[in-house]
Amino acid sequence: MTHDINIYILVASAVTLAIKILPLTLIRGEIKNVTVRSFLHYVPYVTLAVMTFPAIVHATQSPISGGLALVAGMAAAWFGASLFKVALLCCSVVFVTELFI
Amino acid sequence: MTLENRQALMDGIRDGTPIGLGYFVVGFSLGIVAKYVGLSPLQGFVISLLNNASAGEYAAFVVIGSDAPYLEIALMTLVANARYVLMSTVLSQKFSPDTPFYHRIFIGFAVTDELFGITIARGGRWLNPFYNYGAMLTALPGWSLGTACGIVAWYFFSEAAVSALSVALYGMFLAVIIPPARKDKIIGGAVVVSFLMSFLAESFFPEVSAGNRTIILTLIIAGAAAVLYPIKEGDNDTRH
Repeated sequence: MTHDINIYILVASAVTLAIKILPLTLIRGEIKNVTVRSFLHYVPYVTLAVMTFPAIVHATQSPISGGLALVAGMAAAWFGASLFKVALLCCSVVFVTELFI
Repeated sequence: MTLENRQALMDGIRDGTPIGLGYFVVGFSLGIVAKYVGLSPLQGFVISLLNNASAGEYAAFVVIGSDAPYLEIALMTLVANARYVLMSTVLSQKFSPDTPFYHRIFIGFAVTDELFGITIARGGRWLNPFYNYGAMLTALPGWSLGTACGIVAWYFFSEAAVSALSVALYGMFLAVIIPPARKDKIIGGAVVVSFLMSFLAESFFPEVSAGNRTIILTLIIAGAAAVLYPIKEGDNDTRH
Protein backbone atom coordinates (compact mmCIF):
# COMPACT_ATOMS: atom_id res chain seq x y z
CA MET A 1 0.00 0.00 0.00
CA THR A 2 1.81 3.11 -1.24
CA HIS A 3 -1.19 5.43 -0.96
CA ASP A 4 -2.53 6.91 2.26
CA ILE A 5 -6.06 5.71 3.10
CA ASN A 6 -6.79 9.03 4.82
CA ILE A 7 -6.10 10.92 1.60
CA TYR A 8 -8.30 8.50 -0.33
CA ILE A 9 -11.09 9.19 2.16
CA LEU A 10 -10.52 12.93 1.90
CA VAL A 11 -10.68 12.95 -1.91
CA ALA A 12 -13.75 10.68 -2.10
CA SER A 13 -15.59 12.74 0.53
CA ALA A 14 -14.75 16.06 -1.13
CA VAL A 15 -16.09 14.83 -4.48
CA THR A 16 -19.28 13.40 -2.95
CA LEU A 17 -20.05 16.52 -0.95
CA ALA A 18 -19.38 18.79 -3.93
CA ILE A 19 -21.80 16.74 -6.05
CA LYS A 20 -24.51 16.93 -3.40
CA ILE A 21 -24.13 20.54 -2.31
CA LEU A 22 -23.12 22.52 -5.41
CA PRO A 23 -26.35 22.16 -7.46
CA LEU A 24 -28.43 23.02 -4.38
CA THR A 25 -26.43 26.15 -3.66
CA LEU A 26 -25.64 27.33 -7.21
CA ILE A 27 -29.13 26.99 -8.67
CA ARG A 28 -30.96 29.69 -6.73
CA GLY A 29 -33.77 30.75 -8.99
CA GLU A 30 -36.74 28.79 -10.20
CA ILE A 31 -36.21 26.86 -13.43
CA LYS A 32 -38.89 28.03 -15.89
CA ASN A 33 -38.25 25.67 -18.81
CA VAL A 34 -41.13 23.16 -18.91
CA THR A 35 -39.05 20.31 -20.33
CA VAL A 36 -36.40 20.70 -17.64
CA ARG A 37 -39.06 20.92 -14.93
CA SER A 38 -40.79 17.84 -16.31
CA PHE A 39 -37.49 15.98 -16.47
CA LEU A 40 -36.73 16.79 -12.83
CA HIS A 41 -40.26 15.76 -11.91
CA TYR A 42 -39.79 12.27 -13.37
CA VAL A 43 -36.18 11.73 -12.26
CA PRO A 44 -36.78 10.45 -8.72
CA TYR A 45 -39.28 7.77 -9.70
CA VAL A 46 -37.15 6.52 -12.57
CA THR A 47 -33.91 6.53 -10.55
CA LEU A 48 -35.42 4.65 -7.63
CA ALA A 49 -37.12 2.14 -9.96
CA VAL A 50 -33.89 1.47 -11.85
CA MET A 51 -31.99 0.98 -8.61
CA THR A 52 -34.61 -1.37 -7.16
CA PHE A 53 -34.95 -3.86 -9.98
CA PRO A 54 -33.23 -6.18 -10.66
CA ALA A 55 -30.91 -5.31 -7.73
CA ILE A 56 -33.43 -6.59 -5.14
CA VAL A 57 -33.30 -10.04 -6.76
CA HIS A 58 -29.50 -10.17 -6.42
CA ALA A 59 -29.36 -8.81 -2.88
CA THR A 60 -30.55 -12.00 -1.23
CA GLN A 61 -29.01 -15.46 -0.93
CA SER A 62 -31.51 -16.79 -3.45
CA PRO A 63 -33.13 -14.90 -6.34
CA ILE A 64 -36.44 -16.57 -5.45
CA SER A 65 -36.66 -14.90 -2.04
CA GLY A 66 -35.64 -11.53 -3.52
CA GLY A 67 -38.24 -11.88 -6.26
CA LEU A 68 -40.98 -12.74 -3.75
CA ALA A 69 -39.96 -9.75 -1.62
CA LEU A 70 -40.31 -7.52 -4.68
CA VAL A 71 -43.83 -8.80 -5.42
CA ALA A 72 -44.92 -8.58 -1.78
CA GLY A 73 -43.43 -5.10 -1.38
CA MET A 74 -45.10 -3.80 -4.54
CA ALA A 75 -48.46 -5.21 -3.46
CA ALA A 76 -48.20 -3.73 0.04
CA ALA A 77 -47.12 -0.33 -1.31
CA TRP A 78 -49.93 -0.44 -3.89
CA PHE A 79 -52.46 -0.79 -1.08
CA GLY A 80 -50.90 2.06 0.86
CA ALA A 81 -48.71 0.40 3.51
CA SER A 82 -46.19 2.77 5.15
CA LEU A 83 -42.47 2.90 4.37
CA PHE A 84 -41.65 0.94 7.50
CA LYS A 85 -44.29 -1.74 6.95
CA VAL A 86 -43.25 -2.34 3.36
CA ALA A 87 -39.60 -2.67 4.37
CA LEU A 88 -40.46 -5.02 7.24
CA LEU A 89 -42.66 -7.16 5.02
CA CYS A 90 -39.91 -7.50 2.40
CA CYS A 91 -37.40 -8.60 5.07
CA SER A 92 -39.86 -11.10 6.57
CA VAL A 93 -40.66 -12.61 3.17
CA VAL A 94 -36.95 -13.17 2.50
CA PHE A 95 -36.29 -14.61 5.93
CA VAL A 96 -39.21 -17.04 5.82
CA THR A 97 -38.64 -18.05 2.19
CA GLU A 98 -35.00 -18.83 2.85
CA LEU A 99 -35.94 -21.19 5.67
CA PHE A 100 -37.43 -23.46 3.01
CA ILE A 101 -34.87 -23.27 0.21
CA MET B 1 -39.25 27.18 16.63
CA THR B 2 -42.69 27.57 15.10
CA LEU B 3 -45.35 24.94 15.58
CA GLU B 4 -45.15 24.06 11.90
CA ASN B 5 -41.40 23.53 12.04
CA ARG B 6 -41.70 21.42 15.18
CA GLN B 7 -44.30 19.24 13.49
CA ALA B 8 -42.03 18.89 10.45
CA LEU B 9 -39.12 17.94 12.72
CA MET B 10 -41.20 15.26 14.45
CA ASP B 11 -42.44 13.91 11.11
CA GLY B 12 -38.85 13.72 9.93
CA ILE B 13 -37.70 11.91 13.07
CA ARG B 14 -40.52 9.38 12.57
CA ASP B 15 -39.87 8.81 8.85
CA GLY B 16 -36.11 8.69 9.33
CA THR B 17 -36.20 5.88 11.90
CA PRO B 18 -36.82 2.91 9.58
CA ILE B 19 -34.31 4.42 7.16
CA GLY B 20 -31.74 4.58 9.95
CA LEU B 21 -32.26 0.88 10.64
CA GLY B 22 -31.78 0.14 6.96
CA TYR B 23 -28.69 2.35 6.90
CA PHE B 24 -27.21 0.45 9.80
CA VAL B 25 -27.42 -2.70 7.69
CA VAL B 26 -26.05 -0.95 4.60
CA GLY B 27 -23.27 0.55 6.69
CA PHE B 28 -22.57 -2.81 8.24
CA SER B 29 -22.24 -4.47 4.84
CA LEU B 30 -20.00 -1.63 3.68
CA GLY B 31 -17.95 -2.07 6.84
CA ILE B 32 -17.19 -5.64 5.89
CA VAL B 33 -15.76 -4.46 2.56
CA ALA B 34 -13.99 -1.55 4.26
CA LYS B 35 -12.30 -3.93 6.68
CA TYR B 36 -11.19 -6.07 3.76
CA VAL B 37 -9.40 -3.14 2.07
CA GLY B 38 -7.77 -2.05 5.31
CA LEU B 39 -9.87 0.69 6.90
CA SER B 40 -9.88 1.12 10.66
CA PRO B 41 -13.23 1.48 12.47
CA LEU B 42 -12.60 5.24 12.80
CA GLN B 43 -11.80 5.60 9.10
CA GLY B 44 -14.96 3.64 8.24
CA PHE B 45 -16.98 5.88 10.54
CA VAL B 46 -15.58 9.05 8.94
CA ILE B 47 -16.00 8.04 5.30
CA SER B 48 -19.61 7.01 5.95
CA LEU B 49 -20.34 10.16 7.97
CA LEU B 50 -19.14 12.35 5.09
CA ASN B 51 -20.40 10.33 2.12
CA ASN B 52 -23.62 8.54 3.06
CA ALA B 53 -23.55 6.85 -0.34
CA SER B 54 -23.57 3.09 -0.70
CA ALA B 55 -22.53 2.83 -4.34
CA GLY B 56 -20.08 5.71 -3.96
CA GLU B 57 -18.42 4.23 -0.90
CA TYR B 58 -18.31 0.79 -2.39
CA ALA B 59 -16.63 2.26 -5.49
CA ALA B 60 -14.16 4.08 -3.24
CA PHE B 61 -13.29 0.86 -1.39
CA VAL B 62 -12.63 -0.90 -4.68
CA VAL B 63 -10.14 1.83 -5.60
CA ILE B 64 -8.50 1.76 -2.17
CA GLY B 65 -8.19 -2.02 -2.43
CA SER B 66 -6.36 -1.76 -5.73
CA ASP B 67 -4.01 0.97 -4.45
CA ALA B 68 -4.83 3.08 -7.53
CA PRO B 69 -3.90 6.76 -8.09
CA TYR B 70 -5.86 9.38 -6.12
CA LEU B 71 -7.36 10.69 -9.35
CA GLU B 72 -9.10 7.38 -9.87
CA ILE B 73 -10.95 7.54 -6.57
CA ALA B 74 -12.14 11.04 -7.53
CA LEU B 75 -13.46 9.83 -10.89
CA MET B 76 -15.04 6.66 -9.49
CA THR B 77 -16.78 8.63 -6.74
CA LEU B 78 -17.95 11.19 -9.29
CA VAL B 79 -19.49 8.54 -11.52
CA ALA B 80 -20.98 6.42 -8.76
CA ASN B 81 -22.61 9.49 -7.19
CA ALA B 82 -23.59 11.38 -10.35
CA ARG B 83 -27.28 10.77 -9.76
CA TYR B 84 -27.06 13.07 -6.73
CA VAL B 85 -26.47 15.95 -9.13
CA LEU B 86 -29.97 15.32 -10.42
CA MET B 87 -31.46 14.93 -6.94
CA SER B 88 -29.70 18.05 -5.65
CA THR B 89 -31.02 19.97 -8.66
CA VAL B 90 -34.55 18.73 -7.98
CA LEU B 91 -34.24 19.85 -4.36
CA SER B 92 -32.94 23.28 -5.42
CA GLN B 93 -36.38 23.84 -6.95
CA LYS B 94 -38.19 23.02 -3.74
CA PHE B 95 -36.70 25.81 -1.63
CA SER B 96 -39.04 28.71 -1.15
CA PRO B 97 -37.34 32.04 -1.94
CA ASP B 98 -37.49 33.13 1.72
CA THR B 99 -35.64 30.09 3.12
CA PRO B 100 -32.21 31.16 4.46
CA PHE B 101 -29.27 30.09 2.31
CA TYR B 102 -27.44 27.96 4.90
CA HIS B 103 -30.29 25.44 4.88
CA ARG B 104 -29.27 24.53 1.35
CA ILE B 105 -25.79 23.52 2.50
CA PHE B 106 -27.01 21.36 5.38
CA ILE B 107 -29.64 19.63 3.27
CA GLY B 108 -27.11 19.14 0.48
CA PHE B 109 -24.88 17.38 2.99
CA ALA B 110 -27.55 14.73 3.51
CA VAL B 111 -28.76 14.04 -0.02
CA THR B 112 -29.25 10.27 -0.07
CA ASP B 113 -31.60 8.17 -2.17
CA GLU B 114 -33.94 7.57 0.76
CA LEU B 115 -33.94 11.04 2.32
CA PHE B 116 -34.52 12.44 -1.15
CA GLY B 117 -37.32 9.92 -1.63
CA ILE B 118 -39.19 10.84 1.55
CA THR B 119 -38.69 14.56 0.88
CA ILE B 120 -40.41 14.09 -2.47
CA ALA B 121 -43.03 11.77 -0.97
CA ARG B 122 -43.94 14.40 1.64
CA GLY B 123 -45.05 16.62 -1.22
CA GLY B 124 -45.99 20.27 -1.04
CA ARG B 125 -44.62 23.01 -3.24
CA TRP B 126 -41.80 23.91 -0.85
CA LEU B 127 -39.82 21.63 1.41
CA ASN B 128 -39.48 22.37 5.11
CA PRO B 129 -35.80 22.02 6.10
CA PHE B 130 -36.79 20.90 9.58
CA TYR B 131 -38.42 17.80 8.15
CA ASN B 132 -35.06 16.87 6.62
CA TYR B 133 -33.20 17.68 9.82
CA GLY B 134 -35.50 15.37 11.77
CA ALA B 135 -34.95 12.59 9.27
CA MET B 136 -31.19 13.18 9.31
CA LEU B 137 -31.15 12.86 13.11
CA THR B 138 -32.53 9.34 13.07
CA ALA B 139 -31.36 8.12 9.65
CA LEU B 140 -27.75 9.22 9.31
CA PRO B 141 -26.12 7.85 12.51
CA GLY B 142 -27.07 4.33 11.43
CA TRP B 143 -24.82 4.63 8.42
CA SER B 144 -21.56 5.61 10.09
CA LEU B 145 -22.19 3.51 13.21
CA GLY B 146 -23.09 0.54 11.01
CA THR B 147 -19.86 0.88 9.06
CA ALA B 148 -17.78 1.03 12.23
CA CYS B 149 -19.64 -1.99 13.65
CA GLY B 150 -19.20 -3.91 10.41
CA ILE B 151 -15.47 -3.38 10.66
CA VAL B 152 -15.31 -4.31 14.34
CA ALA B 153 -17.52 -7.35 14.22
CA TRP B 154 -17.61 -9.40 11.08
CA TYR B 155 -19.84 -12.01 12.62
CA PHE B 156 -22.39 -9.73 14.25
CA PHE B 157 -25.25 -11.10 12.18
CA SER B 158 -25.95 -14.55 10.77
CA GLU B 159 -25.93 -14.93 7.00
CA ALA B 160 -29.72 -15.49 6.94
CA ALA B 161 -30.36 -12.28 8.88
CA VAL B 162 -28.10 -10.24 6.62
CA SER B 163 -29.86 -11.65 3.55
CA ALA B 164 -33.28 -10.72 4.94
CA LEU B 165 -32.21 -7.23 6.06
CA SER B 166 -30.58 -6.48 2.73
CA VAL B 167 -33.97 -5.97 1.05
CA ALA B 168 -35.15 -3.39 3.61
CA LEU B 169 -33.88 -0.49 1.49
CA TYR B 170 -35.55 -1.78 -1.65
CA GLY B 171 -38.81 -2.10 0.28
CA MET B 172 -38.50 1.57 1.15
CA PHE B 173 -37.88 2.48 -2.47
CA LEU B 174 -41.04 0.60 -3.44
CA ALA B 175 -43.04 2.42 -0.76
CA VAL B 176 -41.90 5.72 -2.33
CA ILE B 177 -42.51 4.96 -6.01
CA ILE B 178 -45.54 2.63 -6.09
CA PRO B 179 -48.28 4.87 -4.60
CA PRO B 180 -47.66 7.75 -7.07
CA ALA B 181 -47.31 5.16 -9.87
CA ARG B 182 -50.80 3.96 -9.00
CA LYS B 183 -52.25 7.48 -8.99
CA ASP B 184 -50.51 8.81 -12.09
CA LYS B 185 -50.48 6.79 -15.32
CA ILE B 186 -47.35 8.45 -16.67
CA ILE B 187 -45.32 7.87 -13.52
CA GLY B 188 -46.67 4.30 -13.49
CA GLY B 189 -45.57 3.81 -17.07
CA ALA B 190 -42.16 5.31 -16.33
CA VAL B 191 -41.69 2.90 -13.42
CA VAL B 192 -42.63 -0.13 -15.54
CA VAL B 193 -40.31 0.97 -18.35
CA SER B 194 -37.55 1.60 -15.78
CA PHE B 195 -37.86 -1.92 -14.33
CA LEU B 196 -37.85 -3.43 -17.80
CA MET B 197 -34.95 -1.43 -19.21
CA SER B 198 -32.91 -1.88 -16.03
CA PHE B 199 -33.34 -5.62 -16.36
CA LEU B 200 -32.48 -5.62 -20.07
CA ALA B 201 -29.49 -3.34 -19.57
CA GLU B 202 -28.11 -5.58 -16.87
CA SER B 203 -28.62 -8.69 -19.02
CA PHE B 204 -27.10 -7.30 -22.21
CA PHE B 205 -24.50 -4.87 -20.81
CA PRO B 206 -23.27 -6.56 -17.63
CA GLU B 207 -19.95 -4.70 -17.90
CA VAL B 208 -21.67 -1.36 -17.27
CA SER B 209 -21.62 -0.68 -13.52
CA ALA B 210 -24.86 -0.36 -11.56
CA GLY B 211 -24.08 3.32 -10.95
CA ASN B 212 -23.59 4.12 -14.63
CA ARG B 213 -26.66 2.10 -15.56
CA THR B 214 -28.68 4.22 -13.15
CA ILE B 215 -27.34 7.46 -14.64
CA ILE B 216 -27.82 6.47 -18.28
CA LEU B 217 -31.31 5.00 -17.85
CA THR B 218 -32.45 7.94 -15.73
CA LEU B 219 -31.36 10.39 -18.44
CA ILE B 220 -33.05 8.35 -21.19
CA ILE B 221 -36.33 7.46 -19.47
CA ALA B 222 -36.97 10.67 -17.52
CA GLY B 223 -35.82 12.63 -20.59
CA ALA B 224 -38.26 10.79 -22.87
CA ALA B 225 -41.10 11.22 -20.37
CA ALA B 226 -40.36 14.95 -20.10
CA VAL B 227 -40.46 15.42 -23.87
CA LEU B 228 -43.51 13.20 -24.46
CA TYR B 229 -45.51 14.12 -21.37
CA PRO B 230 -44.50 17.56 -20.12
CA ILE B 231 -46.11 18.38 -16.78
CA LYS B 232 -48.80 21.02 -16.74
CA GLU B 233 -48.06 24.08 -14.64
CA GLY B 234 -49.14 23.47 -11.08
CA ASP B 235 -48.81 19.70 -11.36
CA ASN B 236 -45.80 19.77 -9.11
CA ASP B 237 -47.76 21.29 -6.25
CA THR B 238 -50.66 18.92 -5.99
CA ARG B 239 -49.56 15.61 -7.35
CA HIS B 240 -48.37 13.96 -4.16
